[in-house]
Amino acid sequence: MQSAFSLSFSQSSLTPPNRPLCSSNAAPRNLRFCGLRREAFGFSPSKQLTSCRFQIKSRRIEVSAAASGNGAPSKKSFDYDLVIIGAGVGGHGAALHAVEKGLKTAIIEGDVVGGTCVNRGCVPSKALLAVSGRMRELQNEHHMKSFGLQVSAAGYDRQGVADHASNLATKIRNNLTNSMKALGVDILTGFGSVLGPQKVKYGKDNVITAKDIIIATGSVPFVPKGIEVDGKTVITSDHALKLESVPDWIAIVGSGYIGLEFSDVYTALGSEVTFIEALDQLMPGFDPEISKLAQRVLINPRKIDYHTGVFASKITPAKDGRPVMIELIDAKTKEHKDTLEVDAALIATGRAPFTNGLGLENINVATQRGFIPVDERMRVIDGNGKLVPNLYCIGDANGKLMLAHAASAQGISVVEQVTGRDHVLNHLSIPAACFTHPEISMVGLTEPQAREKAEKEGFKVSIAKTSFKANTKALAENEGEGLAKMIYRPDNGEILGVHIFGLHAADLIHEASNAIALGTRIQDIKLAVHAHPTLSEVVDELFKAAKVESPASTTPQSVKAAV
Amino acid sequence: MAASSSFLSTASLSNPKSTISFASSVSPAPIPSLRRVVFRSPSSHRRVTTVRSKIREIFMPALSSTMTEGKIVSWIKTEGEKLAKGESVVVVESDKADMDVETFYDGYLAAIVVGEGETAPVGAAIGLLAETEAEIEEAKNKAASKPSSSAVVPSPPPATSSPAPAAAASDGPRKTVATPHAKKLAKQHKVDIGSVAGTGPFGRITASDVEAAAGIAPTVTPPPPPPSPAAAPAPTAKATTTSSPPLLPDASIVPFTAVQSAVSKNMIESLSVPTFRVGYPVNTDALDALYEKVKPKGVTMTALLAKAAGMALAQHPVVNASCKDGKSFSYNSNINVAVAVAINGGLITPVLQDADKLDLYLLSQKWKELVGKARSKQLQPHEYNSGTFTLSNLGMFGVDRFDAILPPGEGAIMAVGASKPTVVADKDGFFSVKNKMLVNVTADHRIVYGADLAAFLQTFAKIVENPDSLTL
Repeated sequence: MQSAFSLSFSQSSLTPPNRPLCSSNAAPRNLRFCGLRREAFGFSPSKQLTSCRFQIKSRRIEVSAAASGNGAPSKKSFDYDLVIIGAGVGGHGAALHAVEKGLKTAIIEGDVVGGTCVNRGCVPSKALLAVSGRMRELQNEHHMKSFGLQVSAAGYDRQGVADHASNLATKIRNNLTNSMKALGVDILTGFGSVLGPQKVKYGKDNVITAKDIIIATGSVPFVPKGIEVDGKTVITSDHALKLESVPDWIAIVGSGYIGLEFSDVYTALGSEVTFIEALDQLMPGFDPEISKLAQRVLINPRKIDYHTGVFASKITPAKDGRPVMIELIDAKTKEHKDTLEVDAALIATGRAPFTNGLGLENINVATQRGFIPVDERMRVIDGNGKLVPNLYCIGDANGKLMLAHAASAQGISVVEQVTGRDHVLNHLSIPAACFTHPEISMVGLTEPQAREKAEKEGFKVSIAKTSFKANTKALAENEGEGLAKMIYRPDNGEILGVHIFGLHAADLIHEASNAIALGTRIQDIKLAVHAHPTLSEVVDELFKAAKVESPASTTPQSVKAAV
Repeated sequence: MAASSSFLSTASLSNPKSTISFASSVSPAPIPSLRRVVFRSPSSHRRVTTVRSKIREIFMPALSSTMTEGKIVSWIKTEGEKLAKGESVVVVESDKADMDVETFYDGYLAAIVVGEGETAPVGAAIGLLAETEAEIEEAKNKAASKPSSSAVVPSPPPATSSPAPAAAASDGPRKTVATPHAKKLAKQHKVDIGSVAGTGPFGRITASDVEAAAGIAPTVTPPPPPPSPAAAPAPTAKATTTSSPPLLPDASIVPFTAVQSAVSKNMIESLSVPTFRVGYPVNTDALDALYEKVKPKGVTMTALLAKAAGMALAQHPVVNASCKDGKSFSYNSNINVAVAVAINGGLITPVLQDADKLDLYLLSQKWKELVGKARSKQLQPHEYNSGTFTLSNLGMFGVDRFDAILPPGEGAIMAVGASKPTVVADKDGFFSVKNKMLVNVTADHRIVYGADLAAFLQTFAKIVENPDSLTL
């Protein structure tokens, strides 16, 4: 199945794009992966895609005679084959794939389609970051001069920037909604909850039955206790993305992805930033070498200072002519350390699962710190440690990997399972990115994790590194700052992790993540050709720098193709 | 097979960067040694007999074999901060990558000599490390006395800001609140943040408050120096820095390279040393004869002269000494003869270490090696800055005599002219033609006196005139 798909896909890329896209098996393959992204970039050829969808529909009608719109439930006793609670990116990905697989699918949304990612997360933040990247460049006189460019003082209109973010969110939300409507997914409005096995309630008192249920309710910003959020001076990412103000000085609690991206936005727009991080160093979770370099580039030269090893035990919004007050206590001794007075505070301490009121008690499921326990196949585990039949949970609500595309991948994995193909998602092949300037991206293990694993399992670990300074394209862009690093097994050439910090790192990681997902070994992929001069040569350079003991497979793809 | 080989060749053609990436298996073993800061107390490598201060200089390390100068990306530590052995102190950018440079010693970063964003040649002092807190001040003075290329340190802040605490203390024991940028600027301009009055919202100290306290105009565009056609050339060594002679209309300005800057810096520095010169004619017939004999064995004239100088220095240690502080003699236990060579438009002084002890053949071999390295810019710092005595030879150009400038940190330098047939009269009144060369030694008169130099030259002449001992 899989191989047949990929074959037809490669054919389609050789022939004119119009016909095969609609008539061959390649079309569903194209649609499968996170429709969000396709929609995001599918503005101009949307007509083509739409006509394509009709074709699919009609094709499927030919296949299953009884079909009307969104398929028919395979067993008469259920209203739907699959009901998804939550129309975020995870639910959307699952729904598209379910339709492709011929399942009658409904998706329940209590708020707005698109969930956190589209409305209050990845999407609007990318709009703000696009602005911050340009501001940064225009303000960097030195950078401009080195290009021979002259730019007079760059300025911005806050409302204009905010509008760009909200317009983008609206556009993507509409695309998402339309893509599901066009495929015939039933979008049911109202808050969804589980009534019992294979039974779901939504809205006031609508009850439907489904053969399989996916919970994809996502998460909300996590606010530690003691912090009073007023939405004006003490805010979460939900508020910050609306960019209702640009404070002179903002404290950001938490220096993970969210905090880091916002620091990039705020400093580009002229704010000064103070990070408050509970752990002993900034950017925990990144590979240490990457976070060290990132700190050197993203923190030190900017108008940012930081307090590490401290909790913000109490944050009071600005009122009565007083600024925002932040009490800092030592993370270990809990002793009072300092009081900060700032203009605003952004709480970026992570996200909490949104699983309240889901009716989990009806099926004897107990959440763990709010997360719904699941096994490696996303099957929900009940209070007795047993699997709940026909119930799955994907995305932030299960807490396995709180990333939009991870949720989507988990959803697709579940659909594969319920349509008769066992599938276990390899979470180590899911890339992650932080869209600062420059970007940070990673896939797989960090160096300390890899070394720990190697110690336990008794294999050797090697590191290959390359600098963006050695890349022609990066230098042409005057963006030589950056590092790419690969952690691998020298004995068999397995890629354990790749970490990139540099220009367009988020786009560069996929070569590595695909190699990990497909099990491609370094000795094989290093023979693949990269266009020169491109940033992709940074990754190429990593592969070539690796010293692998085992030889390449006998017939590399390129040779076959040449013959 | 064919496919893969053609692939490789295109890769190497289109990517001239294959050597640049650094892959390391398991652990980056060879790098740590390169990454370490090159430390030396003013003359530790010469095993000086007078070790007075425990202030070490932090030198620009050679991070790669092709690196000649490095740019300071950032100082990880600030002045006065405590350092533990193995900690990263400074980030240096070479032609290939940025590297963290670690310290070998515990101590305090006393002074930063080369600031962020500036470049320094490999081996140049970029900072000072004091062993104890008490020595920080001493080190700072030392750093201040160095003509540093770093940004002009703002002169003491205007009087208004120093008695500020009174104003700040008006509303009780309120703590000072400064924004992140204000704190960064204060650190950068060495402004005591506690003494700055905050004018920002809620009385906080903002970046502009710090700038005002440091006496910097917010917009940093220095006005062009007014043309002063009447600027008379300063007769004394004290150059007036404010006015420079006007440029002629067609003149083009070529900034110094790192090496040229270093030379310039050293030359200015040399003006602070009181020197004098003594000349001496040396008969070279025997030396020339010896040279003809040993030339086929690869011995060069440079090696012969360096060896002769080394042997003479061994008998006159004061000429091999130096004066570091104006208060004491530093006797060097090694005799390292630096030889000035012009290479690729630059001036460099590769050092023949232990010139008195090494035999002539080894010395010649060593010299060949050093010149090769100098050509390919691969000299390691100790190979060009560990000299205790310098030899400069312009004889090959037909120069009959000249006068050398004493490099800072050394006691004497010898300028060697060409060997020329000269008519001489001996004590019996017989005339004969002998090859004579004039050597001229410049020395630091604080430690080397006329009689010392004369005695040294006499010894040197004796060795050259009876050169058999050179081959022993």
